Amino acid sequence: MLDTTRSQQRLFNVVIFLVLCLGVIVAVAPLMYMVSTAFKGASFVQEYPPRFIPETLTLENFQTAFSSRNFGRAFLNSALVAIATSVMVTALASTMAYAFARFEFRGKRILYAGLLTMLMIPGVVLLIPQFILAKNLGLMNSLPGLVLVYSAGPLAFDTFLLRGFFESLPSELEESAIIDGASPFTVFWRVLMPLAAPAISTVAIFSFLGAWDEYVMALNFLTDETLRTLPIAIANFRGQHSTNWGLVFAGSLTAVVPTVLLFVFFQRYFIQGITTGAVRG
Amino acid sequence: MGTNTTIAAARRQRTPSRDRAKPYYRWYVPYLFLIPGLVLYLLWTVYPLFYQLYISFFDWKIIPGQESTFVGFANYQTAFADKTFWLAMSNTVTYAIITVIGQMIAGFAVAVLVNRVLVGRRFFRTVYYLPVVTSWVVVSFLFIYLFSPGNSGLINYILTQIGVIKEPISWMANSSTAWVAIYSLGIWKGLGWSMVIFLAALQGIPAELYEAAAIDGTNEWQRLLHITMPLIRRTILFVFVALMIGGFQVFLSVLLITGGGPLHRTEVALTYMFDRSFGQLKFGYGAALSYILAVVIVVVSVTQTRLFGRRGQDVEY
Repeated sequence: MLDTTRSQQRLFNVVIFLVLCLGVIVAVAPLMYMVSTAFKGASFVQEYPPRFIPETLTLENFQTAFSSRNFGRAFLNSALVAIATSVMVTALASTMAYAFARFEFRGKRILYAGLLTMLMIPGVVLLIPQFILAKNLGLMNSLPGLVLVYSAGPLAFDTFLLRGFFESLPSELEESAIIDGASPFTVFWRVLMPLAAPAISTVAIFSFLGAWDEYVMALNFLTDETLRTLPIAIANFRGQHSTNWGLVFAGSLTAVVPTVLLFVFFQRYFIQGITTGAVRG
Repeated sequence: MGTNTTIAAARRQRTPSRDRAKPYYRWYVPYLFLIPGLVLYLLWTVYPLFYQLYISFFDWKIIPGQESTFVGFANYQTAFADKTFWLAMSNTVTYAIITVIGQMIAGFAVAVLVNRVLVGRRFFRTVYYLPVVTSWVVVSFLFIYLFSPGNSGLINYILTQIGVIKEPISWMANSSTAWVAIYSLGIWKGLGWSMVIFLAALQGIPAELYEAAAIDGTNEWQRLLHITMPLIRRTILFVFVALMIGGFQVFLSVLLITGGGPLHRTEVALTYMFDRSFGQLKFGYGAALSYILAVVIVVVSVTQTRLFGRRGQDVEY
């Protein structure tokens, strides 16, 4: 009797494992197909039957991509914009969160309530006024202008996230630093920030990715070819009539590999960022 | 996704219990920390919100030298009488419902299985999450390619091989098959997100509960229905509301895959707004459309949270 339930249990575990492996194929096959197409020669991209593993591997698509006008430049632009956005969001959100977490001041409650209310408004519906504002301020066709808009987007959520984290930290260390005569900035920078490193990393990574992947604003804000970012450059590889898919996916892979590496190495911070606030029920 | 994860979370934010008896620093110190971020935030999100309302009352001219004229509520009246806008709204709602149900069922199922599997839990979680970290631009192009017309398209090839279809389909040629591509992208890309949240919630359930229930002679299904589901109902609600809000904002995939075509049949709210403003240069009209959508999203998220939240409290376990 006990033996049958135990062997049933073992069979059950094997079935679960197999079902999950089947699901993995569905999750990953499209991505693998993209990788394989990026390494296929132009004549094999529309071959029949379609192949997952190319007959001959070639780097031709990557060479074409990087020798094309401004693709390398676009990579650099994206990297600069994403890093600047990440630094900016992290700095501004953490200082705001510090004020909310550790100080009492006039207008605190109403400011914070306002911030939380604004969280309900999806950023993408502000596309038109942001565009017109950028135009009026002379920030069109400028990467720093783009960084400003990108940084404002996630600010409210990240302030909310960091405030929660700061408040979960014990304040004794800060208090003893204050008694030792440390300035508020020293307390913030030397005492609080190192303790908050995990949450800070989460904010930095998510804001980096947001800027790295952004398409619509970059499309409308930047008209100068040398200023274009990576998603725009990839979209430009997709011709109007016939598309060289190998080239599109070579470009795509160049954009995706850094984000996947970031995810694999810093997975802990991703999971933390996603589940914060979601799981307490 | 960032802003979507916030509403339920915001509700649960605990108010600080620490009251400072006497301030250590001068009164203006907190403002010094607050102002840089606040200025940026006010300029690029709060001000645009009001500016957009203003724009929506004008026949707004973007080209220098042309005069914008005040039209009152005319843009809103046009919107409510605009058949394409209603089609776009109903397409948006359908997209939200289909992809949310798909993501929740698939995400929950995978989470339950990953939680039960003995080896490779971390591996599975990582792999199922990969589509989420891949950018929308890239996966949209990828799905256009997968759903290529003719024999060489991968989906056509697989479906003809297993006998589901006889002839290859031109997926993008008409709206109903184009939706198949758009829906499947939405579910495929989003599944990992809900899976990760469900998994974190499942891991928070004490194992003793299941052991006790197993001793009482319950089976797997009963435990899933009567222990797991009620215990994580707040998480289920959160995922539902967040995904619905996200679903209403469907944009890039449709913009890149069909561009709203053929003949506006696959238009969603945001692609239509984008087409009217950046395509047709009717920025006043686009602003009105944005405002209507923003109001819809806020109303939907508030009602959902209220409605389901109250019902949840009625159940005693």
